[in-house]
Amino acid sequence: MSVSAIPLAIFYTLVFPGLLFTGLIGLWLTWVDRKVTAIVQSRVGPPWFQPYADIGKLLGKRMTIPRGAPLLGFLGAPVLAVTGATLTAVIVFVALIRPSASFVGDLIVLVYLSALPAIALIIGGASSRSPFGAIGASREMSMVLAYEAGFLLAVITVMIHAGSVRLADVHAYQAAHGSIAGSLSGLLALVVFIACTQAKLGFLPFDISEADTELIGGPLAEYSGAGLALFKLARAMLFLVLPTLCVLLFLGPVTANVASILGFLVKLLAVLVVVILIKATHARLRLDQALRFFWTRIAVVGLVAAGLALLGL
Amino acid sequence: MNALDWCFKKSIWVYHVNAGACNGCDIEILNALTPYYDVERFGIRLVHTPRHADALLVTGPVTRQVRERLLRLYDATPEPKLVIGVGSCPTGGGIWHNSYATVGGLGKVLPVNIYIPGCPPRPEAILYGVAQALGLVPQQVSPQEYAEVT
Repeated sequence: MSVSAIPLAIFYTLVFPGLLFTGLIGLWLTWVDRKVTAIVQSRVGPPWFQPYADIGKLLGKRMTIPRGAPLLGFLGAPVLAVTGATLTAVIVFVALIRPSASFVGDLIVLVYLSALPAIALIIGGASSRSPFGAIGASREMSMVLAYEAGFLLAVITVMIHAGSVRLADVHAYQAAHGSIAGSLSGLLALVVFIACTQAKLGFLPFDISEADTELIGGPLAEYSGAGLALFKLARAMLFLVLPTLCVLLFLGPVTANVASILGFLVKLLAVLVVVILIKATHARLRLDQALRFFWTRIAVVGLVAAGLALLGL
Repeated sequence: MNALDWCFKKSIWVYHVNAGACNGCDIEILNALTPYYDVERFGIRLVHTPRHADALLVTGPVTRQVRERLLRLYDATPEPKLVIGVGSCPTGGGIWHNSYATVGGLGKVLPVNIYIPGCPPRPEAILYGVAQALGLVPQQVSPQEYAEVT
């Protein structure tokens, strides 16, 4: 990378489409989430600025550090979560707005980077010196192992279809051959991807590691102020990035004309509403039920999808 | 008003503490959290750990047993924070004002921002009280003190 590209890289990471852009839009989408949930529950719901007020308030509060907690782990975990979410956002959106700048293998890197917020949650929970944090961290660990398998299989199905591990090539393939979800294996992989998205976002029925009513927030139980705000921000950013990735991987290409961009936004909104409706209408599963769901159903469906894709279906 | 104050007023997460209440006020607090009253409209949310809380909603006359725990809860809540006494009991002890088993009111243990009297207070009164503690609505009644004639 030449020296002249460094300011652009910093701009991509911090402003657009990285931290600032994804954070602001992602927070606004969490308002969409809360509003749709409220409508499902026959309520009015919060005003549109509610997520910004929440984050602003949390940033203004004092952060308590539990006595004896390892500082690097406890304070580094929220930063790691936001870093992971930011880098995921940059890779996804750069592949969208400047396909020439994307690199070979970015889909594989994405799978790893999008797991960073969950790993940060494990580190934060384990270093918070609270039984709630420890239980939450161990549950999160089991969940990560279970849902990452399905997530990887869904992405591999897409890779087999496109014959490439580059997001921009997937894009080009769909522009030439129609959306991947149009094929049988693509459709199965889409279902797997949405189930894993639900778990990656920590939404019901898979919010097992946080479980407000039994673990009082699990890994987040000891976080207050800025640390909590960063975790919420990372979650909000993933809430924009993962559905965007879902649309880009499965639901067809987007080109630089108004109809295509509007279509992209409609598809994005549709994926979001599906995720939110699943969240609003399901109760939390037990850990063993969720693990059985991911290992014996989602992973199997993912394997079938990858197999069908190899056969060209 | 600066931005952080505005955020605090628009997003208040409450933690519900039962300090020896008969459960009447607790049920009214739960009523205030139902979809019928929908406190999320005002940015009010119930949280489950004092670390996330902005306001402690305390019910009950504060029994001697719960006093220590209440102080620890108060310390665990990060600044800035509000303490709201819900019901007649935190407001000077209620019918337990001279009982040996209670401290006799929340004001003797914690710095209280606002009392919401009533046995139990209506959910509307609780919402109004929280809004008043934030300075969003005007005060309707003021405290009166009087001494018994001996």
